[in-house]
Amino acid sequence: MDQNNLLEVRDLRVIFRLDKKNTFEAVKGISFDVPRNSTVALVGESGSGKSVSSLAVMGLLPPDNTIIDPASSIHFGGRNLLELSIAERRTMCGKDISMIFQEPMSSLNPVFTVGFQIAEVLRQHMGMNRKQARARTLELLEEVGIPDPATKIDAYPSQMSGGQQQRVMIAMAIACEPKLLIADEPTTALDVTIQKQIMDLIAALQKKHQMSVLFITHDLGLVGEIADHVIVMRHGEVRETGEVRQVFEAAKDTYTQALLHCRPSLDERPWRLPVIADYMEGKAGPGVEIAQRTRGYTPGDEPVLVVKNLSKSFYLRDGWFGKREFQAVKDVSFTLPRGKTLGVVGESGSGKTTVGLTLLRLHQATGGTAMFHGKDLISMPNKEYLPYKRRIQIIFQNPYASLNPRFTVGQILLEPMRIHNIGANDKERIAKAYWLLDKVGLPEQAFHRYPHEFSGGQRQRIAIARCLTMQPEILVCDESVSALDVSVQAQVLNLLQDLQDEFGLSYIFISHDLSVVKYIADQVMVMHKGQVVEMADSDELYRNPVHPYTQTLLSAIPRGVQL
Amino acid sequence: MSNTHTSPGLWALAWRRLRGDKVAMVSLAVVGAFFLLMIASASGLVGANWEDEVAVSYAPPTFMGADTDGGIDGVDGVVHASDERSTPTPVNVLDPLADDIAELRAQMGSNPAAGVEMYGVTDPLSDDLTALRASMGKTKKIIAHKASTLPFGADKWGHDVIDKTIKGGETSIVVGLVAALLAVVLGTVFGAVSGYFGGIVDDFFNWFYSIFTSIPSILMILTVAAVLQQKGVLTIVLILGLTGWTGPYRLIRAEYIKHKAREYVMAADAIGASHWRKMFSHIFPNISHVALVQMSILVVGFIKAEVILSFLGFGVPVGTVSWGSMLNEAQNELILGKWWQLTAAAAAMAVLVTAFSLFTDALRDALDPKVK
Repeated sequence: MDQNNLLEVRDLRVIFRLDKKNTFEAVKGISFDVPRNSTVALVGESGSGKSVSSLAVMGLLPPDNTIIDPASSIHFGGRNLLELSIAERRTMCGKDISMIFQEPMSSLNPVFTVGFQIAEVLRQHMGMNRKQARARTLELLEEVGIPDPATKIDAYPSQMSGGQQQRVMIAMAIACEPKLLIADEPTTALDVTIQKQIMDLIAALQKKHQMSVLFITHDLGLVGEIADHVIVMRHGEVRETGEVRQVFEAAKDTYTQALLHCRPSLDERPWRLPVIADYMEGKAGPGVEIAQRTRGYTPGDEPVLVVKNLSKSFYLRDGWFGKREFQAVKDVSFTLPRGKTLGVVGESGSGKTTVGLTLLRLHQATGGTAMFHGKDLISMPNKEYLPYKRRIQIIFQNPYASLNPRFTVGQILLEPMRIHNIGANDKERIAKAYWLLDKVGLPEQAFHRYPHEFSGGQRQRIAIARCLTMQPEILVCDESVSALDVSVQAQVLNLLQDLQDEFGLSYIFISHDLSVVKYIADQVMVMHKGQVVEMADSDELYRNPVHPYTQTLLSAIPRGVQL
Repeated sequence: MSNTHTSPGLWALAWRRLRGDKVAMVSLAVVGAFFLLMIASASGLVGANWEDEVAVSYAPPTFMGADTDGGIDGVDGVVHASDERSTPTPVNVLDPLADDIAELRAQMGSNPAAGVEMYGVTDPLSDDLTALRASMGKTKKIIAHKASTLPFGADKWGHDVIDKTIKGGETSIVVGLVAALLAVVLGTVFGAVSGYFGGIVDDFFNWFYSIFTSIPSILMILTVAAVLQQKGVLTIVLILGLTGWTGPYRLIRAEYIKHKAREYVMAADAIGASHWRKMFSHIFPNISHVALVQMSILVVGFIKAEVILSFLGFGVPVGTVSWGSMLNEAQNELILGKWWQLTAAAAAMAVLVTAFSLFTDALRDALDPKVK
């Protein structure tokens, strides 16, 4: 074993037993090194085996249905982890190797204070007594940048924000001064500004404690800011390894090139986003010129939806009889022209989703008007609203949750047509459903299948097809591509763009992802704490942000390696 | 277009998982056998003649051999109905009234006609009674020779215990199934409405539920029994169904509260689906496994409850047999050492309930593999 390497993984092969007969090889004999005192990024889309590899290092894979090939080896500090006993491994994990998970909210136990949970680690692994552990916990909270640690030490996880919870997780992970920190998508669940702070914190801690970090992410943009080395994985295999600069500047592997370019960039707006297949087939890549698209509202636009002073308040119970008003949306006004896209940007809690839901009357608005073909959607009675329902539709964020798992795709597509009496009879409706499946790029056989048989991107296509059955004029896309992998995201964005070009749909595109919004939106509305802080044509807004909050947001976007 | 390809839905996948579970398959076979027996009994193939007095009273099981101590009945197999009355009860020396009884007997012995003379009153039913006796003689088969032993013995009237157990099983299983179905339907509808609409509707159902459950369950059952007044299988079904909906209600309500906020329900709202459609066409298929598991748990509980009710005397009417009424009879028999009726009913019930419970557990695991 090379003395410079802290961790050496050789021929790691992980097989899952699905049932008695079938197995699935999640990791197909990969090898990689994590040198001492450096950050290595493991990058890949879902199903690439990146998380499985890290869990194998930690020994956290479910023992019942996991087979690790006996020829595999994971050397850490000169010892093969796979040959250690469970007890030895347990003392090593947590002390020498520790891990941060994606969801801080579910990784912390909600019934204990954060101070107790950190101190528990210290008492277990460092043999500290109660008093020493508490003193050390305070130091740790201070170190990870929790404001006012003396009071926060006795707070429960629910009393903290997502970013603070992730800081607590980090404090817990570095409590025993591990040699290796594994961070599994530590910022995916967080807002872009918080993400930046957490990334900076991890980078600073890595330098200070001279530890190694194995950073697992799907976002190549993030990698450029933090990592020294990059390992790109796909389908359980390593596609490319190398120094971060070399990977970003001159990726050898076509898949890596594709990953780098599928994500909409802030600097260009191709007519269609290149997808992975384009790269693999050589249709895109360095040297291939792609037509650019221009965006923005023009004076001749015909407005479809004019929203004025839209407000929505929620009432929270306060004491026995009291009610506290919480204004989720305050006086939001905008215009949406036919065939254009309005991007709505903001962090979680900014009220951007509430705007979408109130327009569809899935929430009852507290005030304001939304004029649609001369009628106010907000104030009309429920009965009168029904025919308008089909003309304004929504695609939700999570395609795993928004399709009824007990309906076949056929049922999903036919139901809205039956409710709204679209098509003369079922035969016509079925024909239309097949036509729509084809439109969104799904095979005919999909008609008889259930949603769980499809991948995330395909499910989002089903959701889009369901909206299209009603021939809507406005489509609200509520974080519709946020849950998807980078390459799939590009495909769905292309599909949305094609449909807009073909049918002249108007989109309200709600997202926290600023680069995606830059790509798809004509005009961008920035929301903060329920209010619109800035609204401008997208090129203008990104070039010249006026409001300080917009500036903060834009500066927090990970830009990869600064060349 | 290829209509041939249909994908396995939830139930097909659950069945696949269930098939891999040995315990589940064995218990399913046992439950299936009981159900087949029940159907056979209901259609009159088996156990239809359970009311025939085919054997001597308390004929023991064959493997024990016939009673040799004479007992109450003669070994010749002919019932001497008058024997009991004619043979004088042996004098108990410890009885403080022994002297008085001896005196009374002496009086009656001197004038035996005094007791039957009816004090000059003619029995108003005597004509009816003779008519009835005549008709019974016509319809009821007269069994000339009664068996002295049966495979699993006979009860007081000489009914075959095996036939009786099968017939009793029919009543018990029907009561269990129908009452459980009623309870789950009530619980599901209340739970769905309450959980889906929330607010005042939910408050109303919760108050109702709280009041209902604050009454001790046995008292509740007796109250309903008192209100319904008449005995019968339908009454028991109603008693159990009307008191048993609380458990499913609570669970289904919780599921509806959880599901109504899910995105797929919001998506259904967005396409304009009505409340009714969202409740039963969208949400219900997603929580039907809860209802099914509740139902099978209740079937087990209600089979046992029917036994308790019959034991308390609120059960099936005279002329209908159930496992509960068999156990009720058994309490007197056990004193006489006639254990076979008790054993037969208890064993049949124990086997069915155990198999059903095991199957229910396996079914829950198969429908919700994440729990495991």
